[in-house]
Amino acid sequence: MDWLGPEEWQAVALSLKVALWATLGGLPLGLFVAYALARWTFPGKQLLNGIVHLPLILPPVVTGYLLLLTFGTRGPVGGFLQDLGLVFAFRWTGAALAAGVMAFPLMVRAMRLSIEAVDPKLEEAAATLGASRLWVFVTVTLPMILPGVIAGAILAFAKAMGEFGATITFVSNIPGQTQTLPSAIYAFLQVPGGENSAMKLVLISVAVAMSALLLSELLARRISKRMEGG
Amino acid sequence: MLSVDVSHPMQGFDLNVAFEAPPGLTVLFGRSGSGKTTVINAVAGLLRAERARVAVNGQVLSDTDQALWQPPHKRRLGYVFQEGRLFPHLSVKQNLRFGQWFAPKDAPQEDMARVVEMLGIGDLLSRRPASLSGGEKQRVAIGRALLASPRLILADEPLAALDEARKAEILPYFERLRDETGVPILYVSHSPTEVARLATTLVALDEGRVVQQGPAIEVLGDPLFTPSGVRSVGAVIEARIAQHHDDSLSELEAGGIPLFLPHVGLDLGTPLRVRIAAQDVMLSLEKPTGISALNILEGRIDQVRSGEGPVAIVSLDTSAGRVLARVTRRSVEAMGLAPGLKVYAVVKTVSIAPQDVGG
Repeated sequence: MDWLGPEEWQAVALSLKVALWATLGGLPLGLFVAYALARWTFPGKQLLNGIVHLPLILPPVVTGYLLLLTFGTRGPVGGFLQDLGLVFAFRWTGAALAAGVMAFPLMVRAMRLSIEAVDPKLEEAAATLGASRLWVFVTVTLPMILPGVIAGAILAFAKAMGEFGATITFVSNIPGQTQTLPSAIYAFLQVPGGENSAMKLVLISVAVAMSALLLSELLARRISKRMEGG
Repeated sequence: MLSVDVSHPMQGFDLNVAFEAPPGLTVLFGRSGSGKTTVINAVAGLLRAERARVAVNGQVLSDTDQALWQPPHKRRLGYVFQEGRLFPHLSVKQNLRFGQWFAPKDAPQEDMARVVEMLGIGDLLSRRPASLSGGEKQRVAIGRALLASPRLILADEPLAALDEARKAEILPYFERLRDETGVPILYVSHSPTEVARLATTLVALDEGRVVQQGPAIEVLGDPLFTPSGVRSVGAVIEARIAQHHDDSLSELEAGGIPLFLPHVGLDLGTPLRVRIAAQDVMLSLEKPTGISALNILEGRIDQVRSGEGPVAIVSLDTSAGRVLARVTRRSVEAMGLAPGLKVYAVVKTVSIAPQDVGG
């Protein structure tokens, strides 16, 4: 497709990669946190709930700056991870981290709602039939919350595709490294004659977001149909 | 052999229940709020009672005195809940197999085909629970519990959510479960009908205590046993089908005495239980003649129990078994009813409710 120049292609490909990793990386942790918030009572539960939702209410620039302080090469966690060979600052990995953090609350909310909708009595019934806690989760809880998990993941993916403020603050706007779709649009708009390229990227953004939404609707409908059907 | 000893603080009273039950079906009987569900959930391990000792056939599932507590999934149970609790995302067949996935490989396996045939659910196997009727759901739930190769089957008011017709549909399956599988069953109920039909052993609870326990026929024939009010009193007679008559009556034989009932759809010779509600029994000092009632049982009064109100419960021993009659205190005085007196109990054929008759 020569409709897009190499620089634009690069931004689209990088955004897809970043969003995919942000979603996949956040999924297990998000599921765990959603389960804990939905089912367990423990001290500090409200605090955890607050921290999870923080990226949703904080200005993205603040989140990005906090990430830089924590995961930058001189930050406490960043320095430690650098020794292990994992660098976030000014790399695509950092863009994925920022996108993942920003998308996390949306993912957890969707999954938590679906877990709360599962009747714990069904899980009790599974336990009396010999299923251990883990097996109860795998054979009863997980299949029943699957629509919520998929919806949460797709929502997170769309959010990660569009993340801008935290990303540009944390990992800057380096073409080929950290220049995701929204950063590229922003960059094109800063130079004279860049509107054409920016518009193309805007169209791609809209297309990706719309297909994600439609896909999640389709999947959710299919699964709930399977559950109710004869 | 099931042995249970549970103590747990509850709202308004301390639950303290201990009983031993021989093989067969044991009914925990009592009003709602008497602690039945607490006991059965402590047996299942769904509730951690303050003190609990539970053993099935010598296997200790829980003994808090020795800090021993097995989680529910290690207890090898089959639990039939009031509301079925089938897994909505699985087909009927997958629901039935659920317990088998986790049963130990060396456990005695119930044969799927036999259970499906026994419960008459062959046509439902590929359906989802959402499309089943209440009675069908409960039959699948019974099958699912049975196929988990349980050491003990638990049932918490499994018929309470069903209408009368569905209850009558499910009761026989519990009778077959009791008679054909040999797995001990602990069954919670507040229905005298279910007790009369199903119970081998009866454990009656009130406010967290055992008020009476023993073989069901004996306990039900005790005029002092009125846990759910004097209206629901009724003794149970064990009989067998002797003959089906052309006029839609079935003749039963109990201890040499014929009993006539509205048609019972069972084969000749089949043993069955008939609950005779005390309020449907009339007493007479002489053998009545020229009356429409078909069943007249000669017996001797064993006990007369008068309460505060106008009513007395009279128990008499007949050769068919123990019969209870609910009469007025005025009649007791006028007729001079007293232990040792010979009387005739009169029972109208049509007064015996069909749900009170069965294996």
